[in-house]
Amino acid sequence: MTQQEMNVTTQTAHDSEGSVAVDSDIIMSIQDLKTWFHTDEGVVKAVDGVNINIPRGKTMCLVGESGCGKSITARSVLGLIDQPGKIEDGKVLWRETRDTEVVDLASMKPTGDAIRRIRGGQIGMVFQEPIASLSPMYTVGAQLVQAIRLHQNISADEARQRAIEQLDRVGIPQPQRRFHSYPFQLSGGMCQRVMIAIALANDPALLIADEPTTALDVTTQARILDLIAGLQEETGMSVLFITHDLGVVAEIADDVTVMYLGKVAEQGGVNDVFDSPQHPYTRALLSSIPVMGQDTKVSRLSTIKGMVPTPANRPTGCPFHDRCTEAIVGVCDTVEPAVHHVGAGQLSLCHLLDPEHQPPDSETVADDDVDPQEELAPKVDIAARTDNLDDPDRFPLLSVRDLSVDFPIKNGMFSRVTSHVHAVNKVSLDIRPGETVGLVGESGCGKTTLGRAISRALDPTSGQVLFSPDGSTQVDLATLSNRELKPYREQVRVIFQDPFASLNPRKNLLELISAPLKKIRGADNKDSSVQEKVAEMLRRVGLQPEYMFRYPHAFSGGQRQRINIARALITRPKLVIADEAVSALDVSVRAQILNLMADLQDEYDLTYLFISHDLSVVEHISERVAVMYLGEIVEEASTHELFTSPQHPYTEALMSAVPIADPHRRGSQIRVRLPDDLPDAVNPPPGCYFHTRCPHKAETLCDTDRPELHEIGDGPRRTACHWASELSLAGVASNQ
Amino acid sequence: MLKYLGQRLLYVIPTLLMVSIVSFAIIQLPPGDYLSTYVANLQAKGEQVDPALLESLRQRYGLDDPFIVQYFKWMSGIVLHLDFGHSMEWSRPVGELIAARLPLTIAIAGASIAIVWLVSLPVGVYSAVKQYSIGDYVATTISFLGLATPNFLLALVMMWFGFTMFGLSVSQVNAGTLIIAMIVLGTAGTAGLIRTLRANLLDELRKPYVVAARAQGLKESKLLIKYPLRVAMNPFFSTIGWLLPSLVGGEVIVSTVLNIPTTGPLMLDALLSQDMYLAGSIIMILGVLTVIGTVISDLALAWLDPRVRLGAN
Repeated sequence: MTQQEMNVTTQTAHDSEGSVAVDSDIIMSIQDLKTWFHTDEGVVKAVDGVNINIPRGKTMCLVGESGCGKSITARSVLGLIDQPGKIEDGKVLWRETRDTEVVDLASMKPTGDAIRRIRGGQIGMVFQEPIASLSPMYTVGAQLVQAIRLHQNISADEARQRAIEQLDRVGIPQPQRRFHSYPFQLSGGMCQRVMIAIALANDPALLIADEPTTALDVTTQARILDLIAGLQEETGMSVLFITHDLGVVAEIADDVTVMYLGKVAEQGGVNDVFDSPQHPYTRALLSSIPVMGQDTKVSRLSTIKGMVPTPANRPTGCPFHDRCTEAIVGVCDTVEPAVHHVGAGQLSLCHLLDPEHQPPDSETVADDDVDPQEELAPKVDIAARTDNLDDPDRFPLLSVRDLSVDFPIKNGMFSRVTSHVHAVNKVSLDIRPGETVGLVGESGCGKTTLGRAISRALDPTSGQVLFSPDGSTQVDLATLSNRELKPYREQVRVIFQDPFASLNPRKNLLELISAPLKKIRGADNKDSSVQEKVAEMLRRVGLQPEYMFRYPHAFSGGQRQRINIARALITRPKLVIADEAVSALDVSVRAQILNLMADLQDEYDLTYLFISHDLSVVEHISERVAVMYLGEIVEEASTHELFTSPQHPYTEALMSAVPIADPHRRGSQIRVRLPDDLPDAVNPPPGCYFHTRCPHKAETLCDTDRPELHEIGDGPRRTACHWASELSLAGVASNQ
Repeated sequence: MLKYLGQRLLYVIPTLLMVSIVSFAIIQLPPGDYLSTYVANLQAKGEQVDPALLESLRQRYGLDDPFIVQYFKWMSGIVLHLDFGHSMEWSRPVGELIAARLPLTIAIAGASIAIVWLVSLPVGVYSAVKQYSIGDYVATTISFLGLATPNFLLALVMMWFGFTMFGLSVSQVNAGTLIIAMIVLGTAGTAGLIRTLRANLLDELRKPYVVAARAQGLKESKLLIKYPLRVAMNPFFSTIGWLLPSLVGGEVIVSTVLNIPTTGPLMLDALLSQDMYLAGSIIMILGVLTVIGTVISDLALAWLDPRVRLGAN
């Protein structure tokens, strides 16, 4: 142990009697926290010696990939660790106000009265899955009232009054009415507002937010982040914010702690960490974020090779060394790195900062850097891949014409159909061979329904889905019977969003991946050629063929998505519909999957319809983007044009919702925030559907006349805004 | 809610009609009828039967009528006068026979259900909350034994103990045999319900809303009852539907072994002797009670669980 490290561990520590002294500006000091899980397979050190100081009134962000121990750290603070987990060692020193005594939360009994008074009273907590975090059995009002009355001795009526005020405070429209709603009747964003209302009901001094926006749309995420920032300004509370997304960190953090495998990798002020990241892990995380507006289509996203190992398989030495591109052989893999201070308030646990170890020269770095996949498939010029795009004699690969999907709304005693929701409303869209078209919009805009109608996972109500595998003849998939569809089922494939729910846990990879071959072509598993094909496919998506007989539970989210890709491509399809294929993944894994999809596109001449709520993801992979709102396409343009000069206010709003991974640009960017409520799709508003939320709504036309999707400018781009030519909307690229 | 209620009740009508038709069809299915079985029995004993007498009986019971006619005769009697027909074996009205045995049947079934609930609720909750504790293993072992032991065997063993150790008389109904019946029936049900409750509660305990409620500072005991247990209780309420028929149906095997005159052995005899109106009536009453019980369960669930009531998925 170096002298330096000794200094750090004793910096805020205690005197010999055990009484503690913490600077009054620090609201919470987590010192050498160790939370271990005692399992049958051995001790899993999920959190292993973490030190974090949270300054009073500031926001501390805790970042790292899934499985790094961020959530366990946060839960340890409040004693919320489930069996067989236990806080083994360390202190969580808590000082509610400058004048109160310091208490050690880690020493309190997890089921005791002392910690219960602090939970919800002095420290509020918000969780990742807003709908699941509220009990479905009680109204949100009842749950809020309970939270209030747990810590305040007031009557039920008073608590009710407070609860409605709280709902109003977190921006829930019609709080009187929503008070009586059940969680499952509200959207995810609404539920997260309710959770925040519950967490802040007793004016806690600290809010712990555990990935509160990860399960939400970007637009909803932006609003929730704004809400937390606003409430923090209002109350002066401190925030411990956990996220895997450095874009979010750049938007809200004052200080950052980067965690890797249960240990702190780097710590410092947000500007320092973003400007001069000291740990290779921080640098790798930073570079894997897609940056909007840089025409990144030609370049590849940089990734971190491999994945976070389970804490049970913690590598010796520096936990990150086996994924690190700058690891020093003989040092990083044997000796645990010590704490190194860099400048004021920034520290990093990395051997590279030790003057004893010279950083390796750049050549060796380059050698180590190569990810096995990087070597494959030199990037094909897009122009070459899509050179026959504009041949007027050839049909597009897919030509959707006036496609509508209506869902009946059943009512009354005999389930009579009383009205329809137009989930997709007369949508027309062309996809040319070899192209990637992005389809973007918030939850509920009909993008998934459109994808399903094209793949005939559901039957369209009207319109055509003209598919032309060879460019010379067209088939209308919308009218074919199930039997007639069979040959096309292997040419149009879908990759689904949820890597966990989309794979049958009772089938092994061979069965899962070969299922399309069996279902469509009647192939047999015992046929060795099937096994060969599956093995080849597994290899191609970056998994080992030996995994063929394993079951999905043995794989991480990113690996499962690779399995899903393999399953989609096993029939060598022409068109692949990727429905939010990377939305459930960590940023670093997301980059790996996007790169893989780009490689496979070149190799197999694939055409993608890429569905996502996140414009930053779509930009990276698409040549063209269509934006959907309430069942209709409101804008369609080439990716570059769309990002430099959006022609529909909705596109502008979607773009401005994407967090930008640069703390210096915080506040400088134009922020367009849409109100929460999507209009009722059963009774859409008159005029332009978007006018109820549009920041650029004009006095005339917008609320009376429906705008048609019309061509504008010289390029083949379309918009459905009356005022497109008059408005000057902010793109992303134009900010550069 | 009213709409939901109306909808459920409307569905009941065609279901009941089907139940009555099917139960009548079932008792007509085996070849022959009560008289042919009766004749065969007598002939087996070497006695002669007067064909004229047979013919007159056949006429009286309408055994030669077509299926539809017999069914309508039977049904109109039930619907109009609550007359379930006449038992040929006992030469008494079916309604009277069943009514005579009902009080004892309901008493035994009711008591055993009470045992089931009283035991399995606390044990199931304990098993789930203290998963993999010694107590959980003990409860698990006992409930597996309870599930695996055939009821009649347990009844025989307990009867033998009662006879040898307490001089229990088993030739007629008495307090001792009734208690044995209740315990035997209770253990079987308890074992199953402990497992169900434990599994359900374990699922619920892992849900995010439990941690979220704990993070609000809720007391463990209150949290458990108010949040996960409330959801995990759903199977209890959905089995209310099964209680009704079992209250009236009686346990055939245990009652036979213990020689307790419940409706169970009555039905068994009626089926064996092809006493069609008696057997058909019991089958139909059980069917109707199942339908009514299911409706009650549905309504109880809708009342208790807003997701059912408000149609969430």
